[in-house]
Amino acid sequence: MPWSREQLAERAARELRDGFYVNLGIGIPTLVANYIPAGMKVVLQSENGMLGMGPFPYEGDEDADLINAGKQTITELPISSYFSSADSFGMIRGGHINLSVLGGMEVSERGDLANWMVPGKMVKGMGGAMDLVAGVRRVVVLMEHVVARDGSPKFRPKCELPLTGAGVVDMLITDLAVFSRPHRHAEFDLIELAPGVTEADVHARTTARYRSALRAPP
Amino acid sequence: MATASAAGGGKVFPSAVAALADIARDGMTVMSGGFGLCGVPEHLIAALRDLGVKAMTVISNNAGIDELGLGLLLRTRQIRKMISSYVGENKEFERQYLQGELEIEFNPQGTLAERIRAGGAGIYGFYTRTGAGTQVAQGKETRVVDGETYVLETGLTADLAIIKAWKGDFEGNLMYRKTARNFNPVMATAGRITVAEVEQLVEVGTLDPDHIHTPGIFVQRIVQGLNYRKPIERRTVRKRGSHAVVA
Repeated sequence: MPWSREQLAERAARELRDGFYVNLGIGIPTLVANYIPAGMKVVLQSENGMLGMGPFPYEGDEDADLINAGKQTITELPISSYFSSADSFGMIRGGHINLSVLGGMEVSERGDLANWMVPGKMVKGMGGAMDLVAGVRRVVVLMEHVVARDGSPKFRPKCELPLTGAGVVDMLITDLAVFSRPHRHAEFDLIELAPGVTEADVHARTTARYRSALRAPP
Repeated sequence: MATASAAGGGKVFPSAVAALADIARDGMTVMSGGFGLCGVPEHLIAALRDLGVKAMTVISNNAGIDELGLGLLLRTRQIRKMISSYVGENKEFERQYLQGELEIEFNPQGTLAERIRAGGAGIYGFYTRTGAGTQVAQGKETRVVDGETYVLETGLTADLAIIKAWKGDFEGNLMYRKTARNFNPVMATAGRITVAEVEQLVEVGTLDPDHIHTPGIFVQRIVQGLNYRKPIERRTVRKRGSHAVVA
């Protein structure tokens, strides 16, 4: 059974470590916040200018001056701080953020990421994604393993779509499997399968080169 | 122009239109603060609409939504070009762009912020890893240092910066509130003329100098906005008793 949206987020949350400063992208990556292990201190950064992002407010407590990068209403915590967009991206570009979890459209075997535009369709812009992949120390991408429409692989030898960053992905978590690499010049290793998914299933739906290095799920 | 002068020759203007009337001109470049609809100078945007300024180049992280923020100036086709990082939620924007009526230059959000910071700080340009190996780097000088490729990005300034703050004093010292700060303080530094609108305009000496975010040197004109709408783009809440913090 492929992993659901929630299970993808839960799997990504296992990459969190105590004391990490983390930026979560829009969509499924945002859900990672629901799976921070109890007792672990993780500080969420929102690139519009906040460290220590708190949960969604209770109804009636919404504040128009307090939103995350997805423009959703949020709350502050005792540890929170606010700063300008320039300071925010200084944190990001300067390597002060430990981990970023982002959505993807395509990932190449060299770790290139495409997630911001589809030629011929209206381009909405890259927002902060290019800065995040260029500056954050560890980049984890969440995406479906294949294109829903035609089943074509999204983990490929090369990205067909315009890149967000070249050679920037450290870990790829799809609904079928987890791929990881020890550094940005290494090949990806297949390290985990979703329950009931076989290595042959993954192989048949992947055109990228990778090494098999399955380990027992923790 | 009598209507455009501040009382006593100071920085305080009686209205957003009065603060912009003698400086607004067709074809000008305008920086506009805010992220989404948060921290947007809503009264100054409406004043640019009312003054009928045409063919503006607008530097702003986003382009508003259909009826709000910079959406007001898109509806009236007063914008010729946008420099932004994300313009997602605007149908009128999409229509004008696809018809070729509107030009767009996408900048990565951090590159946009840093270009504005550099422009305001008198720095010609900077080398950044952001965008290396992507479309963003096309046509730009690149440099390889210790095996990493960096792209040269240049500083940005504007004829006019319009910004929104929470509190300001007659001297133009500003304080922002929560995530409504975003691009406002950097844009304040990069406008040849910066006009700030504030929710609370107070006497000099009221704000603690240690808590000023934007020193008054960057603000040439200040106006108090009334009846702020402060719309929320995506109202998200959680249920009491649920363990989920987001959805």
